[in-house]
Amino acid sequence: MTYEELLTNIALTNEQVIVMTAENRALVRNLPPLLGKRFIDTGITEQTMIGAAAGLALRGRRPIVHALAAFLTMRAFEFVRTDVGIPALPVKLSGFIPGFLSDANGPTHQAIEDVAIMRDIPNMTVFAPADEDDLIQMLQQIWESPQPAYVRINTRKSGYSHAPFELGKAEVISSGHDVTLLTYGLLFEQALIAMHMLQREGLSVGLINMRSLKPVDEQAILQAAAGSELLVTVEDHFLTGGLYSIVAEVLLKHQTTARVLPMALNERWFKPALLPDVLQYEGFTGKQIAETILGYQTQYQQPDILKPQFAE
Amino acid sequence: MNKEQQLQHIALNVREHIVRMSTDGGCFTGASLSAVDIIVYLYTSFLNISPNNLDHPDRDYLFLSKGHDVPALYGTLAELGILEKERLQNHLSVNDHIYWHPNTRVPGIEFHSGSLGHLPSVAVGVAMDIKISGGSNKVVCILGDGELNEGTCWEALLVANAYHLDNLIFVIDRNHFQANVRTEELIPLEPLADKFEAFGAAVKRINGHSYTALEEAFATYPFQEGKVNVVIADTMRGKGLPSIQERADRWFCNFSADEVEQLLLELHGQHPTELTSETLIVR
Repeated sequence: MTYEELLTNIALTNEQVIVMTAENRALVRNLPPLLGKRFIDTGITEQTMIGAAAGLALRGRRPIVHALAAFLTMRAFEFVRTDVGIPALPVKLSGFIPGFLSDANGPTHQAIEDVAIMRDIPNMTVFAPADEDDLIQMLQQIWESPQPAYVRINTRKSGYSHAPFELGKAEVISSGHDVTLLTYGLLFEQALIAMHMLQREGLSVGLINMRSLKPVDEQAILQAAAGSELLVTVEDHFLTGGLYSIVAEVLLKHQTTARVLPMALNERWFKPALLPDVLQYEGFTGKQIAETILGYQTQYQQPDILKPQFAE
Repeated sequence: MNKEQQLQHIALNVREHIVRMSTDGGCFTGASLSAVDIIVYLYTSFLNISPNNLDHPDRDYLFLSKGHDVPALYGTLAELGILEKERLQNHLSVNDHIYWHPNTRVPGIEFHSGSLGHLPSVAVGVAMDIKISGGSNKVVCILGDGELNEGTCWEALLVANAYHLDNLIFVIDRNHFQANVRTEELIPLEPLADKFEAFGAAVKRINGHSYTALEEAFATYPFQEGKVNVVIADTMRGKGLPSIQERADRWFCNFSADEVEQLLLELHGQHPTELTSETLIVR
């Protein structure tokens, strides 16, 4: 099932759902004739879309709003924080091309602080699916929840079949006592490749798909910290405020510590290019992740990385 | 008393409430006095809002986007029995929710505000839902003129026009001041009616202190089928208190107890008070 198919099913069965977009129709192209007045395109007005979504939610509607992640979370930030966050209205934000998925667009379009700023809003929940399968697993629960939510939309097909989603729970792919990779979003694919490479080097490797970044699965982090020599956070996000920060917060909260190697963007935007080249240039291919952890080069072959379709 | 006299009587009481809130920390006295007659008129004569229907789906909506006009709203809600009058004595108290900007803990307040340029879009969302649901509720959103500096006001107008929200009325409290200066000396707004018309609105410009003019304007709602309504209500900062009227430095006031007593008399026609309390320029 695709994002659009799921959204269509839910919107057609629940009259309260209003599908909104700030003229970003990549994921909602077929919805206007199906939903009629319950499809609202406000044009290129992220702020007004969010304010209007708050007004619709005030009337009992459940708006699911679409825009590029960068503009949804940053251009409209104060509207999200003030008009959705303060009254804790059930507005559902779908952020398109977050993180590395903005590939060749350039820094204007790079949402790599979105996790930090969205999770800082009281009542806001934050989710980052590993791929389309993960996305489809989580959306129904997220959209049925009475809380506001931000989803880092990722419709890539990784071929991995994920465990059922549970809000606030991470997906533990494997456990290992040498190293545990913690990741979210499209880098899950590369972390999975890295896991296999590290295992072939004889390491005992854990991998956790964080999925639900707020609420976060504290127990999964604590168990990994207790059971592994090294934690590696892998994310297409600034170093501050994302998963590395979340892990640090959880460890400190529980008065414990761990060796943590962060792989993130430290005080810089990433090099704009097509996604496979971005990952290579920035050192985030599975092979590069594995070699960063090992500290030496290997003979492994990095599997091909699919270029995103425009609709991703 | 005829109706106009009744409204003037209520407005005088509201102005007294504002003056009483303008001490021990103070409030946006000058700013909110300009909106008193608009708010009193809307609640008593135009909007279907009463103590008995605050949660009713058919009620009308008032959104105060110029959040610092809220003393005028507190006073009106108190006069109409929506907010208990005694609670006005809790102004700025940690034990109540009567503070400098509107919040929904106060009965009758539909949405919080304070950050300018937000409620036009929230009101657009509510008006959209009323259209989708087939309701006949009216939605009024009061804006300050200085607030019109915010681009999101104009963004919301574009969308309101696109969706033909003739159930939505933007009322501009046109007191010709923004926080510290006259609007035309900082970011000129005129010709304001032309701007709104260019955005597709049906516009009326009236004296915002004349109940006759307010009645004449709102009686013709919706002004034009399929068009968002705009009322530019020309008002006066500090209206009712000659000692602070049209003064740039009396946006926010924190009077002494003695000054409050004098100002209450001034509201009833006594000569202007000689104010010695510090003037405030907040921004």
